[in-house]
Amino acid sequence: MANAKELKQVLSGPIVANNPIALQVLGVCSALAVTSKMETALVMTIALTAVTAFSNLFISMLRNHIPSSVRIIVQMTIIASLVIVVDQVLQAYAYDVSKQLSVFVGLIITNCIVMGRAEAYAMKTPPMMSFMDGIGNGLGYGVILLGVGFIRELFGNGSLFGIEILAKISDGGWYQPNGLLLLPPSAFFLIAAMIWIIRIYKPDQVEAKG
Amino acid sequence: MASNKDSFGRTLFVVVGLCFICSVFVSTAAVLLRPLQIENKLLDKQKYILEAAGIIDTKSAPVSKLDVQLKYKKFVVAKLVDLKTGEWVEGDADLFDADKVSRDPANAFIPKHDIALVKRVANTAVVYIVNDEQGEPKTLILPIKGYGLWSTMYAFLAIEPDMNTIQSLVYYSFTGSGETPGLGGEVQNPIWMAKWHGKKLYDAQGDLAIKVTKNPVVAASVHGVDALSGATLTSNGVQNSLDFWLGEEGFAHFIEKVRKGGLS
Repeated sequence: MANAKELKQVLSGPIVANNPIALQVLGVCSALAVTSKMETALVMTIALTAVTAFSNLFISMLRNHIPSSVRIIVQMTIIASLVIVVDQVLQAYAYDVSKQLSVFVGLIITNCIVMGRAEAYAMKTPPMMSFMDGIGNGLGYGVILLGVGFIRELFGNGSLFGIEILAKISDGGWYQPNGLLLLPPSAFFLIAAMIWIIRIYKPDQVEAKG
Repeated sequence: MASNKDSFGRTLFVVVGLCFICSVFVSTAAVLLRPLQIENKLLDKQKYILEAAGIIDTKSAPVSKLDVQLKYKKFVVAKLVDLKTGEWVEGDADLFDADKVSRDPANAFIPKHDIALVKRVANTAVVYIVNDEQGEPKTLILPIKGYGLWSTMYAFLAIEPDMNTIQSLVYYSFTGSGETPGLGGEVQNPIWMAKWHGKKLYDAQGDLAIKVTKNPVVAASVHGVDALSGATLTSNGVQNSLDFWLGEEGFAHFIEKVRKGGLS
């Protein structure tokens, strides 16, 4: 059985040491799209964490029964079902946010983090640890998303969670927002900068040249 | 176990079983959450109608669900209009879904001058009449839509009973991921939206004169609204939507009728 130390490793490992976006460079597409606001970034984090955790759990429970010839399709079916349910729940309980997230909730299906963890971890690990691994990876994704969202919303729109922090000139304040930060390419620069900083402190993450 | 899990029968069993369980799971969630979702959609629309009429202001303070429902019931009457004749038609206007009806060839037409790229238009449209405290109509809200840069943009055009003075133009929904945030997405910026207030749709000759323009002189006039900077195509989309929906194939006949005989 898993001991406490192993559990902690599974949960906290993906946040910095083995971050799905920063080290594995997975799930970047949605990280570019939904980080122009903190609110959408947070809801996306919760949605992805829920999907990764439960898809890991179910796939792990079935791992001894999944025929290897159709395993990717089986994983996909489970993930797709979970994503549809998450989308339905968001539409019912957080309509405004789900309107803003639009297609990106549906696109969790193609998020490489979910598939990657299912294939690499849940297929050979017991259910509880797989569930925790899903939560850990969701949190790792969320840390980057919220970090990028924080910078983009604060400097691009002068607000956080829609609450004004820096008064914009267009609203009679002093702050000239940086419009570039609201466009997807800015998330590229920010994620690249984060990867750079993490790799300065953890040189072992740098890929071998050659 | 492990040796026969790859057998043909086992594979088929796992796949069919899984599909069955997943479909039950998904459809249960969809059916159970359906009423809440429909309510949310309706509420969202009602919120924007009240906002277009200036009854609530969601930008300054959040408005509760109950408040929206009560105020909508108190002030707003939805009615169906035949676009070709401009006459009222019977029907449940609150549940009318123009997009859905426009896909039905018997009840829709293909516009000849499709400048707003709407493709198909339902023969009937909903008009929202907003009354004041005394029950007198003070605002008329026409739903319009048109293609911007990336998406079809849905808006409510609120005009005064003189059928000329604009009260507001509120964009409330976009298909796909909407217009570019910070550029075309600024159609929802309160400061830009405020520029529409008090502008006139028609000139002295009765011709449609409202213009979204980059020319500062025109923009300062009573028929001009400053275009969105950095969003020419979205601004053109706004202009085209107005031209289309206030034109012959839009609400022109209805507007004509109201001008002559009022809202009765």
